[in-house]
Amino acid sequence: MTTTHKTTREPAGTAGPPTGPGRFWTLRRQDAASGWLFVLPQALGFLAFVLYPLIAVVYYSFHTSNVLSGVTKYAGTKNYSQLVHDPATPSVARATVLFCIGLVVINIALAMLLAVLLNQRLRGTTVFRTLFFSPVVVSLVAWTITWNFLLQNNGGINSILHVVGIDGPNWLRGDNSALVSVVIVQVFKNVGLNMVLFLAALQGVPRSLLEAAEIDGAGAWRRFRSVVLPMISPTTLLTTIVTISGSLQVFAQIQILTEGGPNNRTNVLVYFFYQQAFDNHDFGYGSAVAVVLFAIILVLTLIQWRLRKKWVFYES
Amino acid sequence: MSLETAARRPVTLPDAAAPPRPAGRRGSRWRKPLLYALMVVLAVPFVFPTWWMITSSLLPENEVLSYPPKLLPLHPQWSNYKTAFAHYPLAHQYLNSLYIALLVTAGTMLVASLSGYAFARIPFPGNKVLFPLILSGLLIPTEVTVIPLFKMVDRLGLTNTHWPLIVIPILGAPSVLGTFVMRQFFLAIPDELEDAGRMDGLGRFGLYFRVALPLARPALASVAIFTFLNSWNMYLEPLVYETDKSNYTLPVALTQYTDAYGSHLWNIQLAASVTTVVPVLLVFVAAQRHFVEGLAQTGLKG
Repeated sequence: MTTTHKTTREPAGTAGPPTGPGRFWTLRRQDAASGWLFVLPQALGFLAFVLYPLIAVVYYSFHTSNVLSGVTKYAGTKNYSQLVHDPATPSVARATVLFCIGLVVINIALAMLLAVLLNQRLRGTTVFRTLFFSPVVVSLVAWTITWNFLLQNNGGINSILHVVGIDGPNWLRGDNSALVSVVIVQVFKNVGLNMVLFLAALQGVPRSLLEAAEIDGAGAWRRFRSVVLPMISPTTLLTTIVTISGSLQVFAQIQILTEGGPNNRTNVLVYFFYQQAFDNHDFGYGSAVAVVLFAIILVLTLIQWRLRKKWVFYES
Repeated sequence: MSLETAARRPVTLPDAAAPPRPAGRRGSRWRKPLLYALMVVLAVPFVFPTWWMITSSLLPENEVLSYPPKLLPLHPQWSNYKTAFAHYPLAHQYLNSLYIALLVTAGTMLVASLSGYAFARIPFPGNKVLFPLILSGLLIPTEVTVIPLFKMVDRLGLTNTHWPLIVIPILGAPSVLGTFVMRQFFLAIPDELEDAGRMDGLGRFGLYFRVALPLARPALASVAIFTFLNSWNMYLEPLVYETDKSNYTLPVALTQYTDAYGSHLWNIQLAASVTTVVPVLLVFVAAQRHFVEGLAQTGLKG
């Protein structure tokens, strides 16, 4: 790489790489060559590990493959119609949507609350910020294992509830409590990220606007609703979209806590995908589920583009 | 592109030393204690699980689920840690995780800074098309591409090796976030600095390596932190690609602490978990600001 650039620096006539008539290595050609050399590893990796598998997964979704014989056969839309008629599909759709809504609502509300609290500039808020953020750096699996332990029927949470006279449910085995538990575990794991984003947004709200509102007689809540909330709307939109697409990718948590149970109540789409592809070794059906997952993410991204124009109050 | 807005701006944190806001007129006497009380209550679910993980890892097996709950191990049973290492290939798995995460981090820093530099500062033909295309890799969940990738790895005879855990993250979708962060940083470098470098006779690679890269330490630190943590914590990939327990990395290894009947050996499992969590937490507390600012940029991972 270096030699190609040095050539132009050397006075014409010295021995060395191409300095032919009319100077082949013009600045433009140099830029083209070095630019492509620099991005080559990433570009090749993108072709091999992103673009190719993306096309392949669509291809596989229209085929059936027998893992034992290794034979792949064209199957039309069989895998997709299997997904439509699968008795588990309604439960999976329900679990995915409920998990997503629960996670987004609780996560965003809590992140905003924590950010507002930290933005009060009290002494010692750095300590609290560290505490609220710490689960983000704790290994997801270790965090989930610990909650699995705490949420056992005779585990820590129910022991504490028992001390104060409440008879807690068998969290991870109850039809409704299982989904609630999974949402809660995930909220506390990652809400710190959104909290930091909201905190940065709150810092960007001009003090003068708040003071003007205060002079106009607006109370704290009114100031928050009418000044702060519109000002931080770009962050709210972004964190919401990010949290939604994150909620579609909770796999380890489900596998460790509930394995999709009870009665598929927590069987979200990614877990259902894993079951079909790697527990049942049905790559054709699994690919169809993966394509559906990708389509959902794609639609969400397009909605994000549209919404940004309409909904967001201002964008710098 | 949508990814370049809002939170993609660098996140900076308030200074701890910022002047306190003058107390509000109403309820000023109760305001502070109430706010503190609220924060303490809210901190419980964030701190308590990690605390309980540590204390329970020191209890004898018959006390982990006893009632009333033991919040402090009065007679810590350190041998749980010995058991976790002696009866399971935990030391081996620990080394797997460590060397894989280090290689992936170093590789990603190189690949991402090279392409981030080119996208930011070299006007090569295709630049404007290639960048958004590669960036779209960020949108694709691991699960979507894992079947074809598994088939590819299998055809190459590389299942049950560490190759897919190292090469795919460095060159595939996970490194794209690093490229994005590096590009944002390199865009902000003033042209004058590079011009000065050119006067000194530096070529493109020299400008990248001698001028841009040394300035980019903060961005490189961010990339290093989130890349290391992503690799250290990856779960689906080792589950799919590895079959031998001795090839597992820590997250999958942690789920293996059960007795012959499949019931959990909680105290041993939690001891093993603690060994994967505490070192990271200590580094986090020491380099907090870097972590928060670095990880805030990874928002996309939800």
